[in-house]
Amino acid sequence: MSDDIVLDEFGYDEPTLDKLFETLKKEVISSSENYSQEAFKLHWLGRKQGRLKVLSEAWLKSAPPEARKPLGIRFNQLKQQIEAALEAPATTTRAAQAGASIDITLPGTTRAPGIPHPLLKTMQEIVAVFHHLGYSTNLGPQVESDFYNFEALNFPPNHPARDTQDTLVIASQQSRPSRDRLLMRTHTSPVQIRTMIDQPPPVRIVIPGKVHRNDAADATHSPIFHQVEGLCVDTNITFSDLKGTLDHAMKALFGSAVKTRFFPSFFPFTEPSADVQISCIFCNGKGCRKCKHSGWIELLGCGMVDPAVFAAIDEQRAAQGKSPAYNPEKITGFAFGMGVERIAMIQHGISDIGHFYSGDMRFLEQFA
Amino acid sequence: MKILTNWLRTYVPNIPADDHQLADDLTLRGIAVEGVHDLGPAADDQSNGHLFEMDITTNRVDAMNHYGIAREAATIYNLPLLPLHTELPASTPAPAFPVRIDAPHLCGRFTARVLRNVTIAPSAGLISDYFSLLGQKQISNAVDASNFVLLGMGHPTHAFDLDKLQGGIVVRLAHQGEKLKLLDGTERTLEPDDLVVADEVKALALAGVMGGYDSMITPETKNILVEAAWFDPASIRRSSRRHLLHTDASHRFERGADFNAAPIANHLVSQLILASGGHAEGDLIDIAIPATAAKTASRPSINLSVTQVQRHLGTTLEDTPTQSALTPELIYQYLTALGCTLIPTRLAVQLEHEMIADGPVFPPGYFSDHAGHISLVNDLFAVQLPSWRLDLEREIDLIEEVARVYGYNRFANTLPTPGIVIAHPTAAAEAAVRTRLLALGFSESISSTFASQQDSDLFATAGQGTIPMENPLSDEASLLRPSLVPGMVTMLAHNLNRDVKDVRLFEQGQIFTGTTDQVSESAQLSLGLTGAVPATPLHTAHDAPIFELKGAIESLLSLFAPAPLTFTTEAPVWLQPGRSATALLDGTPIAHFGELVHTQREARKLRQPIYLAQLDLAKLYALPLKKVTARDLSRFQAVERDFSFTFPDSMQWHTIATAIHTLNIPELQRLTPTEIFRDPKGKSVPPSHYALLLKCVFQSNDRTLREEELTTWWSNIITTLTNLGGTIRAGEFTM
Repeated sequence: MSDDIVLDEFGYDEPTLDKLFETLKKEVISSSENYSQEAFKLHWLGRKQGRLKVLSEAWLKSAPPEARKPLGIRFNQLKQQIEAALEAPATTTRAAQAGASIDITLPGTTRAPGIPHPLLKTMQEIVAVFHHLGYSTNLGPQVESDFYNFEALNFPPNHPARDTQDTLVIASQQSRPSRDRLLMRTHTSPVQIRTMIDQPPPVRIVIPGKVHRNDAADATHSPIFHQVEGLCVDTNITFSDLKGTLDHAMKALFGSAVKTRFFPSFFPFTEPSADVQISCIFCNGKGCRKCKHSGWIELLGCGMVDPAVFAAIDEQRAAQGKSPAYNPEKITGFAFGMGVERIAMIQHGISDIGHFYSGDMRFLEQFA
Repeated sequence: MKILTNWLRTYVPNIPADDHQLADDLTLRGIAVEGVHDLGPAADDQSNGHLFEMDITTNRVDAMNHYGIAREAATIYNLPLLPLHTELPASTPAPAFPVRIDAPHLCGRFTARVLRNVTIAPSAGLISDYFSLLGQKQISNAVDASNFVLLGMGHPTHAFDLDKLQGGIVVRLAHQGEKLKLLDGTERTLEPDDLVVADEVKALALAGVMGGYDSMITPETKNILVEAAWFDPASIRRSSRRHLLHTDASHRFERGADFNAAPIANHLVSQLILASGGHAEGDLIDIAIPATAAKTASRPSINLSVTQVQRHLGTTLEDTPTQSALTPELIYQYLTALGCTLIPTRLAVQLEHEMIADGPVFPPGYFSDHAGHISLVNDLFAVQLPSWRLDLEREIDLIEEVARVYGYNRFANTLPTPGIVIAHPTAAAEAAVRTRLLALGFSESISSTFASQQDSDLFATAGQGTIPMENPLSDEASLLRPSLVPGMVTMLAHNLNRDVKDVRLFEQGQIFTGTTDQVSESAQLSLGLTGAVPATPLHTAHDAPIFELKGAIESLLSLFAPAPLTFTTEAPVWLQPGRSATALLDGTPIAHFGELVHTQREARKLRQPIYLAQLDLAKLYALPLKKVTARDLSRFQAVERDFSFTFPDSMQWHTIATAIHTLNIPELQRLTPTEIFRDPKGKSVPPSHYALLLKCVFQSNDRTLREEELTTWWSNIITTLTNLGGTIRAGEFTM
């Protein structure tokens, strides 16, 4: 360790000792900058192998008696210096260390995480809002019968939606009774019917799911899309309850500043029916390109469950040996539904609906 | 549909709102104005007003004309709606024009009027002005009159050149194969359920859809028969679809026209034509089928209870603590303005308090006053429905009208009592699987629900059946997907074709099997991986992707209650033999994974290998989620020992691990292969052999392990592996 400076080669005259100890002082300074505090202390002051110990023992031993005193004084000074360096604020040493360190501007590395699908994430957010309002999730099949998709929902027999131009139909259904014919559900509403046939009121369910229509694909339409519907049936459920529920849900989804506006609309399975607009989340209702300068964005359809739907439910319950539970004189309810694609597209400024179904990593990575 | 505000205002003068306000007020009441266009000043310096682009829902066919929207405006502003003005000059006497309805179930009403010595000329005046503002084509005064009435009050009419008719009018079903040349110049071959307006000899018009070419009004026409009728909606829809003719008339009739509007429309058209000359001859012929009238214009009245209105609609912003803003007076006002006749059943009866048997439960329509008396108030109305509102049939329809006219946004935002939330049975498992896959670096994706015949043949599980579509979106989507894998292959290819070379995707979705009578849906998971996967000490870069998939499957299984998971190298045809495997849960397949079969990679022109996995989620979700019981951590030091053995290539890890586990050393906490090494030169490891570095961790829960125990276990392991055909290379012992 101490083969660097051999005292014998020099002498014990004052100038030589001054020079030697000057060198050692520099060494203390430089080592205090390059070593961690702990390593520095060990290096110089280590009880067995410390440099101060080793040097002083070696030098004092070999020094002539008259040189021991000046040597001792100088070693004491050196020791004080080392101790002072130890007590000096760490910043000087840390700053010096940092100077010779990593290039932190290089990109960080990570094990690439998987990316949640933006559409399904939005769907879960919507579902969560209704969970908090006391709605349980219910799911149903994507291949449905005409009964659940149309008939029980009060679609008249020759309603245009039932046409194969609008609905994707399973092959070889012609010979079956109309209500049994299988098709791809065009909305998640059949789950409302299934739930009410299964259980008496109160019903509070939220239904996320995939649906299909025989639509040509373009930037905003896809034959495959997703919906979240909800159903609340009980005694004394009113239109103002529907309004309050959706107003709350839209505020929960888009922020408390969002306003809702209800318009009369028409759906076969609700009456009264409404379309709901929210104040534009981009311009706060002032009018911008995104809301076509109207200040409003149309987001969902809803209404009070049509008594004819309740009648169809009780009829089917009777056919299954269940007691009637949906007397429209006592029971009211509301239902609502929204397209998840549209909401996700608004949330994220997505211009082409096709991105959702492409698995394109360049699209998905934006949501990492 | 387009509406001129000036025209609209002729029916409701003094609307206290400008056109923009009017548009908003209509829209908020369901009569949607999609666009408002300023029409600038007229020649007389008056304003031309505005043109409204309307979007009327299909149930409100009555509002698809100026008068219908005027009625809405009159209702909103509580103003009188002027009656349609129908004053005809006196007609010359003549015998009744013969009209016969042979299909009374399809033609509910038929009106006809003969006009003589008319002058066919271009339209002038108001019709011409309005038509040019609307962009409506002008043809001649006779044809324009019909269009003007349609736009004005919504009832379709038709004018025949009377001199082209042979005998009187017969409304009948067409004969099989009967030919009819229509106004658009096309000749149609009719079916026996097409309804036609005919004369004694031939079909003149496809009823309610389009008039005939041969009897149309021409500049030479002198005498006209004006028709206004009511046709059965389903019949008109059938003919309109069959002949691919969607006309203004068919649009109106197939949604249910106004039974009582026919004579009015006939009057209006006749009046407009006669304005250019000529005279009416004889009386209006008006044949109405009573059975149809009973189903349309003269429907039985329905009851409307004020209590029911309030029960369905709830709280308004203007309610007082004691009274709903939806008073009987307001309901009466709204519905009367819409054309209903309301007969209040005002039977103010007072009953003594003691007559109430079971406490304060009152029949609908009764309420209790402060003195404890209950009264039947002005609660119930008998409502006669207007002939133009076939969409109104039930009490709830009237309740909707009240809500609509009152204004949806004048209702309060109230909340129902909340329910309790019951978690969906598979929700927790689905979330766990999703979270784990995301953590493993797989991104979530959604692929097509459909598959091509070819993909279906390749990827379907044999014997499970596939489901073809009757009206597929395309040839590529002719069946419901029998597997998620073809969709995953498509998504990986999509990325590779765009030079995105590192892809990890998963999809949780439904697959469809069975028959077209009985479709089964079950949940499946697919994984897709392509791109560089770094080699590990155990796996070459070539094999690493397959083991990443295996690792993912094992990781998913680890979320659930432990069940025996084994692997075989048997795999379905879409996977490359030797580079694929099947995972078995309790001995039955739960997943297949590996590299896409090379023939498919070539066929799909994929630039690099892709790796796929398919996992039966239904089977996975049948397992309960793992419930963790934590074990105590040992206070005693663990001892790690590394062994290096050489084995012939035929020796599988499973055999080695089983042999060591058979030694049954409870203190052997972990046995891990840490490195596999092959020497291509055959020097450090002989050819057809590999060197395996093996780590054993020993630990006891109740003592520090003694050197002798360790030596015994170590030598037992060495003996076992030597007996398997292994050769020890080195054994390092580290504390």
